[in-house]
Amino acid sequence: MSAGPGRPSRWAGSLFSVRLEPRLYAPRWLSPALTIGAVAVALVLSGIILAVVGADPIRVYAHILRSSFGSIGVISDTLVKATPLILTGLACALAFRMRLWNIGAEGQLLLGAWAASAVVLLPIVPAGTPGFIVLPVMLVAGFLGGAFWGLIPGFLKARFGVNEIIATLMLNYIAFSWIQYWVFGPWTEGGFQMTKQFPPEAWLPRLDDLADTYPVLSGLTVHTGFLIAVAAAVVLWFVLERSAWGYEIRLIGDSPRAARYAGIRIARNILLVFAVSGGLAGLAGMTEISGVVHRLQDNFSPGYGYTAIIVAYLAKFHPLRVVPVAILFGALILAGREIQPSGVPAMIQGIILFCLIASEVFLRYRVSIVRRAPVAAEAR
Amino acid sequence: MTGGPARNAPSGPFGMDERRVSEVEGPLAVELRGIVKRFPGVVANDGVDFALRVGEVHALLGENGAGKSTLMNILDGLYQPDAGVIRIDGQPVAFGSPRDAIAAGLGMVHQHFTLVASQTVTENILIGLDRPRFRLRLARYDDEIARLAETNGLHVDPRAKVWQLSVGEQQRVEILKVLYRGARVLIMDEPTAVLAPQEIDDLFGTLRSMTAAGRSIIFISHKLGEVLEIADRITVMRRGRVTAAGLPATSVTKGQLATLMVGREVLENLERIPMPPGSVALALEGVEADGDKGVPALRGVSLELRAGEILGIAAVAGNGQSELAEVVTGLRPCRGRVLIDGQDVANRPVREAIGRGVSHVPEDRTGVGTAPNLSIVDNLIMKSYRASPIAHGWAMDMSAARGVATQLKDGYEIAAPTIDTEARLLSGGNLQRLILAREIDSRPRLMIAVQPTRGLDVGAIESTHRLLLERRAAGAAILLISEDLDEILTLADRVAVMYEGRITGQFDADEADVERIGLLMTGASAEEAGAIEAAPASRGAV
Amino acid sequence: MIDLQLVAAAGIATGTILLFAAVGEILAERSGVLNLGVEGMMLIGAVVGYATAVSTGNAWLGVVLAMLAGAMLSLLHAVVTITFRADQVVSGLALTFLGTGLARVLGEGLSKAGAIALLPRLTIPVLSEIPILGPVAFTDQSILVYVGYLLVPATWYFINGTRAGLHLRAVGEEPAAADALGVNVYRLRYQYVLAGGLLAGLAGATITLAIQPGWFGALTVNGRGWIAIGLVIFAQWSPFRAAFGAYLFGAIVQLTLSMQLPPTILGFPNPFFEYHPNTFFLDMLPYALVLVALVLGSREAMRKRIGAPAALGIPYVRGERGR
Repeated sequence: MSAGPGRPSRWAGSLFSVRLEPRLYAPRWLSPALTIGAVAVALVLSGIILAVVGADPIRVYAHILRSSFGSIGVISDTLVKATPLILTGLACALAFRMRLWNIGAEGQLLLGAWAASAVVLLPIVPAGTPGFIVLPVMLVAGFLGGAFWGLIPGFLKARFGVNEIIATLMLNYIAFSWIQYWVFGPWTEGGFQMTKQFPPEAWLPRLDDLADTYPVLSGLTVHTGFLIAVAAAVVLWFVLERSAWGYEIRLIGDSPRAARYAGIRIARNILLVFAVSGGLAGLAGMTEISGVVHRLQDNFSPGYGYTAIIVAYLAKFHPLRVVPVAILFGALILAGREIQPSGVPAMIQGIILFCLIASEVFLRYRVSIVRRAPVAAEAR
Repeated sequence: MTGGPARNAPSGPFGMDERRVSEVEGPLAVELRGIVKRFPGVVANDGVDFALRVGEVHALLGENGAGKSTLMNILDGLYQPDAGVIRIDGQPVAFGSPRDAIAAGLGMVHQHFTLVASQTVTENILIGLDRPRFRLRLARYDDEIARLAETNGLHVDPRAKVWQLSVGEQQRVEILKVLYRGARVLIMDEPTAVLAPQEIDDLFGTLRSMTAAGRSIIFISHKLGEVLEIADRITVMRRGRVTAAGLPATSVTKGQLATLMVGREVLENLERIPMPPGSVALALEGVEADGDKGVPALRGVSLELRAGEILGIAAVAGNGQSELAEVVTGLRPCRGRVLIDGQDVANRPVREAIGRGVSHVPEDRTGVGTAPNLSIVDNLIMKSYRASPIAHGWAMDMSAARGVATQLKDGYEIAAPTIDTEARLLSGGNLQRLILAREIDSRPRLMIAVQPTRGLDVGAIESTHRLLLERRAAGAAILLISEDLDEILTLADRVAVMYEGRITGQFDADEADVERIGLLMTGASAEEAGAIEAAPASRGAV
Repeated sequence: MIDLQLVAAAGIATGTILLFAAVGEILAERSGVLNLGVEGMMLIGAVVGYATAVSTGNAWLGVVLAMLAGAMLSLLHAVVTITFRADQVVSGLALTFLGTGLARVLGEGLSKAGAIALLPRLTIPVLSEIPILGPVAFTDQSILVYVGYLLVPATWYFINGTRAGLHLRAVGEEPAAADALGVNVYRLRYQYVLAGGLLAGLAGATITLAIQPGWFGALTVNGRGWIAIGLVIFAQWSPFRAAFGAYLFGAIVQLTLSMQLPPTILGFPNPFFEYHPNTFFLDMLPYALVLVALVLGSREAMRKRIGAPAALGIPYVRGERGR
């Protein structure tokens, strides 16, 4: 056990040092308290920076709250933004549980969107096919597209030990260009950066569709994708906590050497986790283009795959907690579109993550201020 | 510090110096008074006094966990005491870091070597010094260190990279590190744990010549025989307190020391009932395997292990015994045949070995045997989660798992608040109980136990030995790999010695004797070992 | 026709950006600290350097402030990972987010294209006469390119031939050994993480003040921070190999850029000229190359059984062993 780097300081004439001492156990309230505290500190720090660059932090925060939770309409919009965040957040949470740093959720989301678009645009399914066939095919295609994109870095890691952080990031950039090729090239609508609109059968139903029967639902854009996302969260929770595979993932994440000793095949699990993680992100891509924009377009994602990293971390990799956290960040992204300067939401996310990991030190260590009696004074 | 009285004392029949107590009076090189050190949950040192006289070898004796290493880490500047005084040559000092201790003439040779494997001997020795000022021109220092090594009888090539050296040679580098810094007081922490008997004799010879040159030595150990052999005086610690201070080595017996160490009569009263030879449970035929660095670790190993039998593998660290365990349990690829109950399992996945009822108590408790941040439950089901009653299709029955865990925790006396406690919070002894509970409860037919009692206190050692013998009586075959010769001789029915990846000798327990085994462990061939034995005993000669 | 000489010279120029970032990361990683925030530090350096040069007209001041900004950002990472012993991977990611967001906020309103005071360009008298190499490496290059030439051997010598380098290597391989002999592991790691930050900031300033002037938001760096980290693996933590990788990479990227323009290549119709969307595949090329470099570097590490500094990514705590 360590004594930590003690720094002797002088204060009121006596010598004392501030030390970090390892904790034997942490009380159960400490973790959530630290999380909330960290977010609060982060918001304050962000506010300071905002003030420094000339924006009014109170107005900015109030605007975020209003434009995301101010009315039923905007709550619906928030849930729409939250849907891909839940799915990509789940993707990251799953991978991170095994200490597989899947930073490629963004690229996997894009590939999933592309694959789902291909169903309609190639086309894979003939035009005129009814919705109850097209949509499931698109869902599967979206999952497979993302899974494929996740298997590439998974294979590189399992076979060659390639660092997955950089590999997945590079694939993000490649995916981005891939989408651009199709959107500006073969599938382009008149040379603009988008494809033609999908036929209505390929649209995920939204609450607004029921407006004829229930006028109160008019204008609400939240779509079935949200239900799919929540369902995925529940399934993933069950798998991680209650299944043998979930146990293996937890074990590999904590100690790969112990997992190997226990007979678990690590390479196989790397591939499997990357595939499922990529698939979840791919689903996010599918729901986004099928439920929101109804076409494939350039730059349709404001960085969901990256925000998902922070969502997963804030949710402590727990699938059910991902849902509320994703909703909060959905709010941030929604309101963030209108905030000047445009880098603010990204900056806030970064500060939140920093404060979170800095706060974790207090889970593992206790701060103790020890008065050091000067040794020379003790003579026997 | 002046040197002590001239020491060319003759060796007595047990290698002890014949000397009268009064000769060892003299100035104190090091004095610790009232040292207190607390860690979360435990008081490691509770008002400890310790005095080292100039020119003596003073042993600090205690079982694992008694607080000896903590005390010496305080002396070495690694920790700061919560209370107490340290005096060097009579002057009170306060060490803020190891640097201060080094400047005061103290040098610690750690139990776990702190060497940079990829750098050369010279580079390792030069770390932390003010010379060379800027440019690193090693040639000059290579020569200087070579000379220092020769002078002190510590043979090692300064240009070699540390990872190429044997364990004994690495220890010499550690000693050279402190000598190069002009250490007058050496603290040796369990130095013999990794040495073969002949190397231990060499080490003792080195220590004696150092004290003859005026240095003072603190010798930390839990091994009674060695302490009696090398020490002038002995201080015994138990549970953070001193139970006997500065006893002259000539005035105590092993039994008295043992009682002081453990607080009760220590009689390892284990019965090894004779077992009829069973079927061959494990057989290796010409097994070859490479180590982590690509260097061959096993060079044609063949052996047989029968049910109801314990085969002890005696070897110095780094001679292939770790790789042997890995090859049998499926953790390492190999060439040749590994037969379990007649079936060749070489290069099969680990899962298969587990499925065949092979248990593995690994060398590395915290890195391999357990997952530190997972709960006791999760650690206990590591091998059994794929089968009923825990497995349920692809889901897991968590209440069944918890039931099993509770049973094991109580049955094997794993001391912890709950079964949800994280494994990293368990003490070494309890962690080993957890591992044993898991590996034994499955009623394995074949057990591979590697260094099973390393670092454990006497109570834990006893219970481990008892459990192994119980398994043996139930008909299991046990491969016991241990650096502790005493343990092997206590438990094993047969002993095999490994050196540089080969089996250099096999004996039945009754024929085994420490000298021959020691010779074989350090590379003497079987004939040489036999020949040397015919000559008069050479122990203690330098 | 593609002018290979121009491509090579431009390749060295853009390679210098990667070089600075990679060498900085090598220093940090050799001391045992993984800093994934290079992209964020480069962006901060880029925006601070550019903004300073625009408002004061002094490009050198821009360079200095850019380096300081990168160092300050890396200081955050150092505090969190060395003193607070948090996970180095996540901290680096957080640093990227923070740096990227902060840079975008600070850069709001900066003019997009710049004919602002750039750093001087030089032609070295004698060396530029050398056949083949001269016109490429020593003719009309930004002064920072020459700084790059000097940095590589200097860093190599520092790491392998000096006492400070010995300590650096020890701290990254076996910090317990260094600590036991009185070396201040924490202080050294802080130093080298900051050094990495200084160089990353310099890399960012190199973009906006020398090679590709102007501020374009996050696109200014566009993933080169990550490429630099990949290069470190490819370089097996050696400054010379990092330089080789950086220049080669730069040259290949420049080659792909120049391939878009001419109507024919080697007599065949140029697919990138004929059908513009094909150029998106060229965009992918740098990133695909990094993947190849990663595979090569990892395979070599596996073969030689050496690879990363042994203590890389593991917070050092006196008295605790391993994670």
